[in-house]
Amino acid sequence: MSKPLQIIGLSADYGELRAVRSVDLHLETGAIGCLLGPSGCGKTTLLRTVSGFVTASEGSVIIGERLVSGDHVHVPPEERKVGMVFQDFALFPHLNVRSNIAFGLRQLHADQQRDVVDEMLSLTGMSSNAQAMPHELSGGQQQRVALARALAPEPALLLLDEPFSGLDASLREQLAREVRDLLKERHVTALMVTHDQHEAMAIADQVTLMQGGSIEQTATPYELYHCPATEFAASFIGGGNFIHLRTDDHGNATGELSMLALPAGLPANAHLKLLIRPDDVRADTAGELSLPVRHRAFQGAQVLYELALPDGQLVICAAPSHTDASTGPELMWSLDLRHLVHFPVSPPT
Amino acid sequence: MALGSLLTSHSRTAPSQTGGWRWPLLLTAAVIAMPVMVIVGSLLLPYSESWGHLLETVVPRYVATSLWLMAGVGLGTFVIGVGAAWLTTAYEFPGRRMLSWALLLPMAMPAYIIAYTYTGMLDFSGPVQSGLRDWFGWGYGDYYFPQIRSLGGAICMLSLVLYPYVYLLTRVAFMEQSATILEAGRSLGRTPRQTFFAVALPMARPAIVAGVSLALMETLADFGTVDYFGVSAFTAGIFRTWYGLGELTTAAQLCAMLLVFILVLVTLERASRSRMRFHYRSARRAAPLRLSGWQGAGASIALSLVMTAGFLLPALQLLEWSLDRWRAIFDSAFLSLVYNSFMLATLASVCCLLVALLLGYGKRLSPGLMESATVRVASMGYAVPGMVIAVGVLIPFAWLDNRVDALFRAWFDNSTGLILSGTMAALLFAYVVRFLSVSLQSVESGLARIGPELDESARTLGANPTQTLRRVHLPMLRGSLLTALLLVFVDVLKELPATLILRPFDVNTLAVRAYELASDERLADAALPALAIVIIGLAPVILLVRGILSGEPNRE
Repeated sequence: MSKPLQIIGLSADYGELRAVRSVDLHLETGAIGCLLGPSGCGKTTLLRTVSGFVTASEGSVIIGERLVSGDHVHVPPEERKVGMVFQDFALFPHLNVRSNIAFGLRQLHADQQRDVVDEMLSLTGMSSNAQAMPHELSGGQQQRVALARALAPEPALLLLDEPFSGLDASLREQLAREVRDLLKERHVTALMVTHDQHEAMAIADQVTLMQGGSIEQTATPYELYHCPATEFAASFIGGGNFIHLRTDDHGNATGELSMLALPAGLPANAHLKLLIRPDDVRADTAGELSLPVRHRAFQGAQVLYELALPDGQLVICAAPSHTDASTGPELMWSLDLRHLVHFPVSPPT
Repeated sequence: MALGSLLTSHSRTAPSQTGGWRWPLLLTAAVIAMPVMVIVGSLLLPYSESWGHLLETVVPRYVATSLWLMAGVGLGTFVIGVGAAWLTTAYEFPGRRMLSWALLLPMAMPAYIIAYTYTGMLDFSGPVQSGLRDWFGWGYGDYYFPQIRSLGGAICMLSLVLYPYVYLLTRVAFMEQSATILEAGRSLGRTPRQTFFAVALPMARPAIVAGVSLALMETLADFGTVDYFGVSAFTAGIFRTWYGLGELTTAAQLCAMLLVFILVLVTLERASRSRMRFHYRSARRAAPLRLSGWQGAGASIALSLVMTAGFLLPALQLLEWSLDRWRAIFDSAFLSLVYNSFMLATLASVCCLLVALLLGYGKRLSPGLMESATVRVASMGYAVPGMVIAVGVLIPFAWLDNRVDALFRAWFDNSTGLILSGTMAALLFAYVVRFLSVSLQSVESGLARIGPELDESARTLGANPTQTLRRVHLPMLRGSLLTALLLVFVDVLKELPATLILRPFDVNTLAVRAYELASDERLADAALPALAIVIIGLAPVILLVRGILSGEPNRE
């Protein structure tokens, strides 16, 4: 069976600017993909090329078995069978909730339409608001209607453009979880654009990190966090920082950092930067490292410690909230690096 | 002076508690509302003997004709206005930018003037028919030619000059529609054209209804066109009843019937405008689609034709006639016409502005339900036909004159004659009633842009309300006040029916002279005063054009 979405060598221009540069991306049936990146990275243009609102300059987009963007092929958006949830929801202000949801169902008979709309209303918990006009709804409710409207025609692919950015932070998390459950339950293949990595990790099976119009890495959230393929991916995703070190013939740290017990696997005789995530450092009474605390930030469930290495470089430790280095015997620390993420330090130019 | 004293007398009380502010406001509103009240009240007066006869014979015809006229003009302005608005906002084609403002030019052309001009052009002896006869060698009676002086002709003339109301409002509505809404339509399986009919058009419905309502109000108010074409619409009937039968009360009762139509339109317009605010605006406008080849040329040609028919062609014809008759017409009598028109228009626009300032600033000082209602009542004149206002002014003024006259005769055995009716005062009063809303709108929108914290800081710095008005508001409002003066000036200059009925015996204006000459079939002679009106009428259109161009995305 073919994949619901295949993007092959796709480039797209936004005016003079090449906004998307030879991008390759696939989505498996029922998978939720996420395009993540800073603003201006081309993720929205890529989504709009898939939906057909932007014409591809090179490469192709295949939805299901159909080539929709390619050499001399540009299928208009209305024939692509993609559902779309817009950032501002874009509900039709002159139609009530029911008619908004029914908008894409014209090819069905009236009673079939009613059944589908009813199903969508109950699926999104909006049954009691069927007759309401969009301006009478709260932001979260509008979002549900927008989702119901996009899903009603059973699109082969659902596209979501920053679907949660118009909502309050408190509502965002809850809705993101609801949306994921709903898409999973109905085996909807979806591609979502967001600039919020927590949202992306919470909702997606597969996150595609973009920068400057190109893909940095496509991976599961776990992989992206623990095994970032590029320096940009490593610094964009999650907390932590790089420490610079030199290795000896055996791949061990040299100089003042030789006290760090690093797992095997680092290249020998190299000058490199090593990614240390806050969860790679542990507060541990049996730990072997004694490091001075430079800064302490209490965050409720955890405490972030900024620790100084002997050569002055800082590492961050996320310790359970009850650990308290300000009182009692000095805490000891240990490094627990399960994934070695390192990049060569380019010589100064 | 009166304004100043009104403003100072309550300067010591806190704005929100100045109950004394109410009375000047209420009084002004009552005076402004009087003509309409008189018309409504005339329904209670005894009906003349001819009333029953009129009801049986001509009134059904007035109703039917006015309804046909409204249906025709409603359809005409809808198709032209909405079509032009959609083409110029959703598509890109050669000449689009120029056409988007040139389409407003017909607003400068009063309906009665375009009617005279087309009659002259399409007459048996006019250039079109002469040309056809020369070309084909036809003689009199050899061929069919549609009669312009007909209901259909009136519909065409009115549609050609009134569509800009629909165009302007609908254009703004289309431009405010968010790109994502239209894209949502596309992603749900509709083609661009289907999206237009299913999304863009219904979303613009409030604006369209408001625009068509305004155009229909103007249609009902029109007297010059229907009178000249011999179409039995309401205004023509009212004029005949007053002028021909000399029955003022009966004319007023007919006016009351006309007001019912107006009321429906005003309600429709108000309701639509209040619905517009539910339609949220978006920062991103849909990118216009480029029309290529014959489609682009078609759009350009169609819109150019509309603009040419509504403005260019009649304006050029007027120019040709004027140049032709320049020597015969341009004399001291013509200059006195210009002088009269300018003087009346200037006086009226200043009066309107003063009253508008009193109402607008008074409402600002003590905002309340009563004050808002008062200002609303005072600004209803825009919907009431000039003919109706004229009759409504004539009746109380004549009554007052007769009373004064009777009093003087009883006491001093001396007749005063008519003091008020037939004077400039009556005419100016009618103008203020009719056009107050125009200046009030400018003043109110100008005031709304001045934050209340400016009033408050001026007051804490020791300025009383009058000083605040003079030192803070008026300088900041200069642009709005000039706009208000200009708009009323031009409206007064174009106004025909009220001027015709109320003007002092020896005073003639450009509009009335054009009407008289045209009625005498001296169309070419009517061209110069008509052209003068059109040229001056261009001024407010230029203001609108500037507004439109500033809303256009800058290219290159």
